[in-house]
Amino acid sequence: MITKRIIPCLDVRDGRVVKGKNFLGLNDVDSPIKLAAEYSACGADELVFYDITASFEQRKLFAEILRETASNVFIPLTVGGGINTIDDFARVLESGADKVSVNSGAIRNPSLIYEGAKKYGSQCVVLSADIKRVDGGFRVFAKGGREDTGIEALTWLKNGVESGAGELVVNSIDTDGVKKGFDIELLQMVCDVCKVPVIASGGAGSVQHFIDLFKQVPQIDAGLAASVFHFGEIKISDLKKELKENGINVRIGRNYD
Amino acid sequence: MVGIVDYGVGNLFSLKSSFKYIGESAELVSDEKSIIACDRLILPGVGAFGDAAVALKETGLGEAVKKYAATGKPLMGICLGMQLLFEKGLEFGEHDGLGLIPGKVVAISPLVNGNKVPQIGWNSLIFTDSKTDIYKNTPNGEFVYFVHSYHAECPIEYITAQTEYGALLTASVQNKNVIGTQYHPEKSGEAGLAILKSFCEI
Repeated sequence: MITKRIIPCLDVRDGRVVKGKNFLGLNDVDSPIKLAAEYSACGADELVFYDITASFEQRKLFAEILRETASNVFIPLTVGGGINTIDDFARVLESGADKVSVNSGAIRNPSLIYEGAKKYGSQCVVLSADIKRVDGGFRVFAKGGREDTGIEALTWLKNGVESGAGELVVNSIDTDGVKKGFDIELLQMVCDVCKVPVIASGGAGSVQHFIDLFKQVPQIDAGLAASVFHFGEIKISDLKKELKENGINVRIGRNYD
Repeated sequence: MVGIVDYGVGNLFSLKSSFKYIGESAELVSDEKSIIACDRLILPGVGAFGDAAVALKETGLGEAVKKYAATGKPLMGICLGMQLLFEKGLEFGEHDGLGLIPGKVVAISPLVNGNKVPQIGWNSLIFTDSKTDIYKNTPNGEFVYFVHSYHAECPIEYITAQTEYGALLTASVQNKNVIGTQYHPEKSGEAGLAILKSFCEI
């Protein structure tokens, strides 16, 4: 049976992993290459690297980090951040990414999803959306959660899947960074309308939050988190053991301690 | 030397890196002479069956892979590369594969027991009675990483492992020296590296 995935997300800036609360106030954490290897060794099912740099020089550094990671860590690697054109797909795939995550770039140019899927296959295109409650509805936000696009979130995700997105990352701005649990309401609504794998993001603060996520939204495929892993609040090997003890099907390796 | 057939389809960075990591020299090969000269050959691939089949044909590398297979040296197709080993693929029309293993590649029935297509993630191997050397250091039930919307339908004697995803899907196959894995060993952590290592020891 297919297992539920646990995915640490590494926001990389200036060659370091950083983590902010509600997208603001970034803290320096560690070397991305070192963290990636550690996570893989303790049972992470996949890694997401998010490039939050802007300049060309920094982008080159990010590509080097990606290559170094992909040379030493052999689990799936998704890369996002600054993906605006089909050339950006090529740029990160050549540096060792397996999947490409589009967010603001797809909001500016929705055909990017279709172009990516056509050229590299749907399995390669992850549509990531930052979503927030506004006036009783759910809206897509751009630019790292700073700008309300006015786009209705469920329609956006549904259209994205129809255009070729093979997987969705649903990041709730309302629950992100506050560590009070995943946004069950939003995630359930997404799973009801989208029949591709859905990755939950935003709000993980404890092992119990992951158990609640997979129990309350059984269609969810994966849980993604950053700071709780980076700061050692949750050890991935412990998390997976507890998930298994709670009847959730996860991959437990022979020696992932 | 392990050759990785480069016919312009997919990302070969991780595959090459994974062999390097386990201490095997691997090179991309893209002409018949270098392909035939390899001790072991990997046929990779991601994307659609039809596009890849056309690429193999237009570059002439499909024929080269067939000639290589006829030498009896080990060949392993990975993911779409495995699917291309079969006679036919039914993705966006009907396309000819290399015909090195009897059978055809068909779509996974969507939403059998609520399962989503594509299957993306870690699933466990269920060994069949057909033994293969690539699992000599792999326990039954080992988790490996799958990404696919299609799988191979073929006589059970060629299937070395299946995986349960609503129905039993073909996870790996072997016909003499021709081997295929639907999953990505180069993305399956330690478990995958052990399988690649075993392939290198055949």
